[in-house]
Amino acid sequence: MEFSYTIYIALIPFAVFVINGLFGSKIKESFTGYLGVAGMVVATYLSYFTAYHYFFKVGKAVDGAYQKVIGFNMEWLRFTESLHIDIGVLLDPISVMMLVVITTISLMVHIYSLGYMKGDKGYSRFFAFLSLFTFSMLGLVVATNIFQMYMFWELVGLSSYLLIAHYYQKPSAVAASKKAFIVTRFADLGFLIGILILSYLTGTFDFNILCNPEGPAFMQSSSAVFLGLSTMGWALILIFMGGAGKSAMFPFHIWLPDAMEGPTPVSALIHAATMVVAGVFLIARLFPIFAIVAPNALEVVAVIGGFSSIFAAVIACTQTDIKRILAFSTMSQIGYMMLALGVSGYGAEAGLGFMASMFHLFTHAMFKALLFLGAGAIIHAIHTNNLSEMGNLRKYMPIPHITFLIACLAISGIPPFAGFFSKDEILVAAYNHNQIYFWVEWIVAGLTAFYMFRLYFGIFWGKEKKYDHTPHDAPFSMTFPLIFLAIASAIVGFIPFSNFVTSDGLPFDIQMHWEIALPSIGIAIFGIIVAFVFYKKESDLPNRAVASFGSFYKYALNKFYFDELYLFVARKVIFKRFSSPIAWFDRHIIDATMDGVATITNYIALKIKGLQSGQLQQYASVFVSGVLLLIVIFIYLISV
Amino acid sequence: MIEGISIHHILTVTTIMFFIGAYGFLTRKNLITMLMSIELVLNAVNINFVAFNKYLYPENMQGHFFSMFIIGIAAAEAAVAIAIIINIYRNIHSIDVEDIEQMKY
Amino acid sequence: METIIFYILSLVILVFSVLTVTTKKILRAAVYLLFVLGATAGIYFMFNYNFLAAVQLTVYAGGIVVLIIFSILLTHQINTDLDKINIKKIALGIISSGLGIFLVLSTLNNHHFEASNKQATDSTIHGIGRALLSYSDNGYILPFEVISVLLLATMIGAIIIAKKVEE
Repeated sequence: MEFSYTIYIALIPFAVFVINGLFGSKIKESFTGYLGVAGMVVATYLSYFTAYHYFFKVGKAVDGAYQKVIGFNMEWLRFTESLHIDIGVLLDPISVMMLVVITTISLMVHIYSLGYMKGDKGYSRFFAFLSLFTFSMLGLVVATNIFQMYMFWELVGLSSYLLIAHYYQKPSAVAASKKAFIVTRFADLGFLIGILILSYLTGTFDFNILCNPEGPAFMQSSSAVFLGLSTMGWALILIFMGGAGKSAMFPFHIWLPDAMEGPTPVSALIHAATMVVAGVFLIARLFPIFAIVAPNALEVVAVIGGFSSIFAAVIACTQTDIKRILAFSTMSQIGYMMLALGVSGYGAEAGLGFMASMFHLFTHAMFKALLFLGAGAIIHAIHTNNLSEMGNLRKYMPIPHITFLIACLAISGIPPFAGFFSKDEILVAAYNHNQIYFWVEWIVAGLTAFYMFRLYFGIFWGKEKKYDHTPHDAPFSMTFPLIFLAIASAIVGFIPFSNFVTSDGLPFDIQMHWEIALPSIGIAIFGIIVAFVFYKKESDLPNRAVASFGSFYKYALNKFYFDELYLFVARKVIFKRFSSPIAWFDRHIIDATMDGVATITNYIALKIKGLQSGQLQQYASVFVSGVLLLIVIFIYLISV
Repeated sequence: MIEGISIHHILTVTTIMFFIGAYGFLTRKNLITMLMSIELVLNAVNINFVAFNKYLYPENMQGHFFSMFIIGIAAAEAAVAIAIIINIYRNIHSIDVEDIEQMKY
Repeated sequence: METIIFYILSLVILVFSVLTVTTKKILRAAVYLLFVLGATAGIYFMFNYNFLAAVQLTVYAGGIVVLIIFSILLTHQINTDLDKINIKKIALGIISSGLGIFLVLSTLNNHHFEASNKQATDSTIHGIGRALLSYSDNGYILPFEVISVLLLATMIGAIIIAKKVEE
């Protein structure tokens, strides 16, 4: 079976982007949306087809492990015999899984946007950028080498920037897009340096060679140690820095909540399901190196992931903007995935964390996209993001209500919904590695259930608020993706994931660990009950709880003042101490030198331009005088 | 060879004629009179060529032919110069050399 | 006898040269120039270069001076007196010309020219014609052809330049 057609999975959205982007203003507006959807349908079909063939037909080698298949390859830039940058398609279990996730979510978001963006001024622009994003993301996951990945990584960042700033008349959206771009760009600097160190040490960009740590590329790698970590370890930590930036891990998380200024479908696609898990995907892609060459770096990943998950969960409990709650929840769940990768070992059973992380990535994409799309339906209906302005919406919007409930149950880890299975694997992996991680994540599971059901009860129950007009149920184009994703959220947990996606490609079977699953279900139910008591009916219980937390609540509400801290560092330290003097130097020394040269030249020119008078006879006089002078010099002064 | 006249006599006359032409070129403002000055200069040079030919190298005729070609080229130069002068007059209604200063800074 | 004629011709040349560059009437300047050119032709006659003298008379006196007079008429300059020239310019001209005359003459007088006694070549029209069309040594076919092309180009160029531009 040939896989060369897989290149079209990425190229079709690109073609749609080109058509919509170049001719969007020429063709009929609604056509651009349908074109986007049609392109995604084809791409989705192709990726499902690929997944079927890869997992069930030809992916397995003789020893039963899933192979890395190069579907398409083209040499792009050659530096030396071994060091060259290619463009291609690499198929292995995680990239095929990501293809399925991205095309599915992207298709749903495209369909949803048909209804959600209807009548918007930038309709065709929106669909063009949505296709661009899909193309970039697909290119990222199928990258055959780390440099191709980096290029698409930046493209993804760019399309995220463009889509956050969709409502570019709003200053807050512009600010948010800039923030997202600059923060991720800063993190990408680390990524780039990491890539350069890694390729310097190994002499290749190619994943096939990089992901074979016993191979020759790692034999001569330097063993220099700096601050307790080898050079390779530092390179991997720098690469993880890029991943942390894209995945909004602490301390690069500050852009994600602001990114919610973009249209809600964008939040669902980019800032919940696909782009923000690019960091997880990156670590997973380089996992063999992490696990074998630098376990220390992997420990860093685990710590950052675990801390981010509890940090975000605490903040999520206090926020009132429903999209921001979901954003922090996303950050928390990605923290789960990072932690799972961090605690994982390499190999079949030891690689449980790896498999759990990918599993959670898969299920999380489904239910988080669903949550965002549901929130979008609500925002679409009542035109506000603020939780305190909502209440008792269940009787107006039955389908969003039911689907939202399913998603909440899924993310809280209630069986038999998808989140339960993946979260359970993560907790098992964490328990096996280090019990501290387990208990942290156990608490986060409770917090997750609490804030999700706080959201649920706050929106759909409670006292009815005054609305500008009676909230209407969403159109079919919006409810269809909700229903589809709700079904997916309910059932994808039953996929025997460990048979497909594992760290070394060898499938294995997992058992249910009830001694771990039961406590996590317990704390989830406890969180739900607390939320039920607090928010089912309006009461002063939440306020009393807030009072008992005191200033801690205030810190959490203000996201622990990280934005302010960064602004302080940027403005007061970097701008004032470094940038201003440099700017002064530039303006007053360098520019002044240049200006001075120009001024002097100008002055001299003004003084001597009279010589160029245009008077023929003046020129002739000078000429004759010169000739006579030369005669005098050569005949009377020199030759005598 | 002219009986009783040395080459110095002739060269003295042509030198003075040459610098009279140069003087005219430097002082006259009218383009046509400047052209006449140039003709004077050319004539002085022509006589020089012929004199050198006649006095120093009578076996050849190089000076003679040089003069002839200079006369031909002078005719061509005069024709083009006058065409230009007429064109200038048509454009700025003046043939004063001091008015033609578009090429200045 | 020849000495006297030469002095007369020299006198004519110098006097009318000065008048050409100093007179106020432009038409007179042209006429004085004509006299200078005629006297020059006389000197060529004295050198026994009859053909050159004839060319001088026809081309210069008959052609160029007439052309100059035409241009004077065409540019409506015939009755106008020439502008006064400012004294600084005249002083500059006199100084540089005087210095030039002085330098050249003093150099000439310090130099002894070796007069040749060789037999003069045939300077009849027959000999000149042969020399012009010969491509052996002392033949001038190449410059002759080049100058014919130059004259053609000049003719076309002069017409193009002086032609009235269609608005």
